[in-house]
Amino acid sequence: MSAPASDHGHEPTSFAFTQENLELAQRIIAKYPAGKQASACMPLLDVAQRQNGGWLPRVAMDAVADLLGMPRIRVYEVATFYTMYNKNPVGKHHIQVCTTTPCWLRGSDDIVHACKTKLGIGLGETTADGQFTLGEVECSGACVNAPVVQIGDDYYEDVAPEHVDGLIEALKRGERPKAGSQIGRRSSEPLGGPTTLAAFTTQADD
Amino acid sequence: MPKLTIDGIEIEVEAGTSILQACEQLGIEIPRFCYHERLSVPANCRMCLVEMERAPKPVASCAMPCGDGMVVKTNSETVLKARKGVMEFLLINHPLDCPICDQGGECDLQDQAMAYGFDRGRYLENKRAVKDKYMGPVIKTIMTRCIHCTRCVRFINEVAGVPDVGAVYRGEHMEITTFVEKAIGSELSGNLADVCPVGALTHKPYAFTARPWELRKTETIDVLDAVGSNIRVDTRGAEVMRVLPRVNDDINEEWLSDKSRYAYDGLKRQRLDRPYVRKDGKLVAVSWADAFAAIAAKVKGVAGNRIAAISGDLADVEAQFALKELMGRLGSANLDCRQDGARFDTSVRAGYLFNSGIAGIEKADVILLVGTNPRWEGTLVNARIRKRYLAGGVKIALIGEQKDLTYPYAHIGAGPDTLQQLIDGSHPFSETLRNAKNPLMIVGMGAFQRADGLAVQAAARITGEVYGMFRDDWSGFNVLHTAAGRVGGIEAGFLPGEGGRDVHGILDGASKGEIDVVYLLGADEIDTAKLGKAFVIYQGHHGDAGAHRADVILPGAAYTEKNAVYVNTEGRPQLARLAAFPPGEAREDWKILRALSEALGATLPFDTQSQLRQRLLAANPIFAAVGQMTPATWSPFGVQGAVDAAPFVSPITNFYMTDPISRASVTMANCTEALVGPAQERTGTHG
Repeated sequence: MSAPASDHGHEPTSFAFTQENLELAQRIIAKYPAGKQASACMPLLDVAQRQNGGWLPRVAMDAVADLLGMPRIRVYEVATFYTMYNKNPVGKHHIQVCTTTPCWLRGSDDIVHACKTKLGIGLGETTADGQFTLGEVECSGACVNAPVVQIGDDYYEDVAPEHVDGLIEALKRGERPKAGSQIGRRSSEPLGGPTTLAAFTTQADD
Repeated sequence: MPKLTIDGIEIEVEAGTSILQACEQLGIEIPRFCYHERLSVPANCRMCLVEMERAPKPVASCAMPCGDGMVVKTNSETVLKARKGVMEFLLINHPLDCPICDQGGECDLQDQAMAYGFDRGRYLENKRAVKDKYMGPVIKTIMTRCIHCTRCVRFINEVAGVPDVGAVYRGEHMEITTFVEKAIGSELSGNLADVCPVGALTHKPYAFTARPWELRKTETIDVLDAVGSNIRVDTRGAEVMRVLPRVNDDINEEWLSDKSRYAYDGLKRQRLDRPYVRKDGKLVAVSWADAFAAIAAKVKGVAGNRIAAISGDLADVEAQFALKELMGRLGSANLDCRQDGARFDTSVRAGYLFNSGIAGIEKADVILLVGTNPRWEGTLVNARIRKRYLAGGVKIALIGEQKDLTYPYAHIGAGPDTLQQLIDGSHPFSETLRNAKNPLMIVGMGAFQRADGLAVQAAARITGEVYGMFRDDWSGFNVLHTAAGRVGGIEAGFLPGEGGRDVHGILDGASKGEIDVVYLLGADEIDTAKLGKAFVIYQGHHGDAGAHRADVILPGAAYTEKNAVYVNTEGRPQLARLAAFPPGEAREDWKILRALSEALGATLPFDTQSQLRQRLLAANPIFAAVGQMTPATWSPFGVQGAVDAAPFVSPITNFYMTDPISRASVTMANCTEALVGPAQERTGTHG
């Protein structure tokens, strides 16, 4: 890893929030007491990343720093600390496979392999058409329904290698596959159905 | 006040004291890397672990406040084991390159590894490697050695106030970097290498030149600004290898400005190492006797009022006193130590001293800066103001040029008319000053280096009177000088005598042919073109502007090459000590004047430095209190009169080059190129 100055050759020379995002940013900043605007750093970086097609160039970090009156280095520290801020360009669909222990025990290696084969790229790479970026991440926090794959903002849980093909094909068609458990599990119920308080499940249904 | 037991010794400490500080009070040494007594406490190195009863795990003593009834052990088996564990982890990624590391021999990690290190490594994987970063012309980085104590990040944010350094990425990938490969825009950046406990940040100019154990250390003082920072000069043979700060809480705490620290390479360049006499328009090297004879031939028979002397920024007290005595014997009253042309009343000490003391800044609750850019004129005074700002509850205002001073301030005016408004109470800031408990004013040379300097001084004095800056329990009127020689010169009486000319009068007289002989004691910042046809004697150590114009050059000693007294802007006399001998035939300055006086038939009545100092003490007893401030009594000073509305202008245009030594320094030239050049280009579009 090198300094935040990325060397991928895509670094834009300027960044400015759109009017809409600037208003959103002002609403976020207003949540914090006067003098504590720096608290808005993380949500603003997220707004900037979304506006910029899923990644944060340095100029965007600078824009956030200037907007919040923070030293620029403080924003780089935050942006580089969290892996969810992408410092390099990503494809339209950012596929992030969780490979931390619970998911790994439930077969995340096979998921990664299926993704690689389907897309023809390795981890950290983007397809030539700029549609897909494949990555592995540390715990996504959905271990109950492991293994889990995050695509964009959606969590796909209980994923098996045979689901990968369908998911990617649907994305290629421009559809948004149904998020959540891929085997029809309701939220994070036990796989074999409720084992306790079974009598209440009908009332608790959503 | 909590009472606790450390290693079986009971101690009562102030509330809020950490266990580590309590241990220090008992003389128990606690190893540490991240903890630094002048920086905030992050507790991230874990080296200072101690065992505490009823605590489940060892605790970081630097961040644990003392509590009543605590029982702490610092030398138990558990503590040793815990520290050894921490040390082993620190060494996992630290390269074993001590033999080629500049920190070797004075490295905290090396020293503490002797006590807590294991004699072999159990780590068989590859060590991580980190790309080096660019941190400007004075700091060299070898980032693989970094142990991420974050002292540098905290120093540059807290003390220097230039948030340019940070830690990016996380965990094992954490790296210390400047904000994208940029030189650190601070005049205090050299301190980064001092606070770094390992060899990650080292001094670039000192790289691979010496080992600490082969250096002779001389405790002396710095003269490149008027702050009078306490320094240690490390020499090998006759060469100054480096300059480091010494702790003096009243002056520089333990910091040093980059100019004072790195201009020492200028001591090796452009030196005057033998006497010269101008023959047929060319300077020719001669013997001392011939140089004195040339002066005698010219000076003898010249009327006293046609002789004049100007002393420079780096002139020590003894030389100025000896030259003053000599001029007296030659019948001349034309002498001035204010070569920068500043006009201020010197009849009352309070009128030209930093009366509150630099440490006194911490007691102020309103600070008014008048015609000064303390960041460049007195870097460590500025650091002290920033320290006061960080403590909170202070209002700072500036009259003069707007500059980034590393802390926020209100810009309330540009020229002396604002002082008038403060005096009559019509300025909105008057209210703040009136409500202040300890108002403090710092007047810079920018306020005095103008035709109406005396009137500005009077206006500043009246402002001080109106707002209670002259009280029995508080002196808030301060003058920040820019030259180390200035206050000493004034205290030694190197000022125009009865009917004598000041520096303006001398230059004016020389260009009109009314002055025949001008003696420049290291005076280089004057307009030498105005010396006209006068016979110019230059005594000094560098071939700068003064030597260029001189008819006779007498080679003197630089501040590291003589035992001499300097008085800082607070009026505090301090001793500079000889660290290396002057080069070639150069001599200590008072000796040159003593020898010359004999050649001129006006022998000065002292043969040794102690005799000279005796005479000096008799003339002005403040020199007896070495290292002390003699409080100045207050009585009206300055000359009330009309002031010009023109805005104040700071006298320093390039912090890194203000005197013959720093102008001859390559490091300072690099700093100028990297930091001053681009900053000037940026003006107007930035901020």
